[in-house]
Amino acid sequence: MKKPAVLLLLLLSASVAADEGSVRLKDGEGRQLVEANCVMCHSLDYIQMNSPFLDRKGWEASVNKMVKVMGAPVSESDAKAIVDYLAARYGK
Amino acid sequence: MRERRDFLKASAGAVLLAQGLRWNPVAAAAELAAAQGLPGGAVEAALLEALPGKLPLIKKSFRPPNFETPVRFFNEAYTPNNAFFVRYHLSAIPQVDLQAWKLDIGGEALEKPLSLGMADLLRDFEVVELAAVCMCSGNRRGFSQPHVPGVQWGHGAIGNAKWRGVRLRDLLARAGLKKEAVEIVFDAADAPPVEKTPDFVKSLPVWRAMDENTLVAFEMNGEPLPHWNGFPARLVVPGWTATYWMKHLTSVSAVSQPYKGFWMNPAYRIPKGKFPVIDRFVSQETEANTPITEMVVNSLISTPENEGKCAAGATLDVSGVAWDGGYGITAVEISEDGGSTWRNAQLGADLGRYAWRQWSHGFKPARAGRHTLLVRAFNRAGATQPAELIFNPAGYHNNVVQRVDIEVA
Repeated sequence: MKKPAVLLLLLLSASVAADEGSVRLKDGEGRQLVEANCVMCHSLDYIQMNSPFLDRKGWEASVNKMVKVMGAPVSESDAKAIVDYLAARYGK
Repeated sequence: MRERRDFLKASAGAVLLAQGLRWNPVAAAAELAAAQGLPGGAVEAALLEALPGKLPLIKKSFRPPNFETPVRFFNEAYTPNNAFFVRYHLSAIPQVDLQAWKLDIGGEALEKPLSLGMADLLRDFEVVELAAVCMCSGNRRGFSQPHVPGVQWGHGAIGNAKWRGVRLRDLLARAGLKKEAVEIVFDAADAPPVEKTPDFVKSLPVWRAMDENTLVAFEMNGEPLPHWNGFPARLVVPGWTATYWMKHLTSVSAVSQPYKGFWMNPAYRIPKGKFPVIDRFVSQETEANTPITEMVVNSLISTPENEGKCAAGATLDVSGVAWDGGYGITAVEISEDGGSTWRNAQLGADLGRYAWRQWSHGFKPARAGRHTLLVRAFNRAGATQPAELIFNPAGYHNNVVQRVDIEVA
């Protein structure tokens, strides 16, 4: 169901009942970029959970899917930096 | 890391205390140990956390919420509502107001569109109840070798419940389903976090939507559906994986062309010919793959838990559940020697063709040390479970024979 964006934000904040703020990603170059972008659509534990079995190509495919299929508003240069971080910190 | 875990364990403990139960760190460790074989990062990130109205479950992701049921709850024939697993794709999840809720029945392949509230459903249609297993297509994905991306589920994206509601076919008949209908399309109240994300929309072939067992359910185990399991109404498609069991259902559309959407294709696809499934979804098939449909035959040891301990000389209760796509479980076999020999377990009561079947077996270990127990089920369609995983890129239909190691001292 499609809803107006404002309502969406309200719903979104109401749905965050559990404590996703407790999720801490590993330090490293690009971490802030990852946090700022990925958290638009999902909690950051998705990254932890899907590690450490993806190689660089695997993370590239995941980030590509988020941008091209899921429509995440992430620029090409940010996407590249995100892949760099994920491959270095959460890669195989 | 330690601090965070202690904090979260403490918060789960507070919930238990509030419910008059004791927080037991040993039991909690055992619940999380069932995660053995999951990716390291998934084990690390898992914790026991309670969503509002739920007991502490194994948290896979906070947003969207994905929480799995600890294995010990599968010792019960019916999985308690407050322990039932939670699975969402999209993170904008409204609290649906029952007074305002309507189910719209429409689409070009219907004579007359309807808009029904809960009172209409209860007044105008026969209410029926059936027991059925609700299982995420990706249950046990986390054990896939090699690992594949997605929610890294262990054993607990499954539950058995009594579902009460009205037959979808009665609603479609009332609206006058036309002959040209090919699929029935379902949408729900949850929505994507950003505009461009594909909305979660699913379809069923008409024959499956018209099956007398396909329900629009509003009760689960005698109570209104919990919010996290689809209040106020969800689709129940017994025998098929839970991707079709649309929660917070708001719209049903009959269409004359196959529905095209991300969640039908490329999502939720299995390679053609790799699994022994009988139900087909022909209008959605391609050369290479096909939508997932019925559950494959499968079983679970719920007692003892993996890495459990038992005293030498005693008879150990080995028990669990077995299920399939609705053909019926005919036998469950246990191996006490890692798969060389097998013997029949005792089957429990038949709760209906779509419910799981409980089973039990007394194991009297002849020696101390490490023992490996295996379980496999057989169904009326002549299928059983493979000794080797049938690998597929999305990690669906994981029904490889389960193994539980115990230490006899």
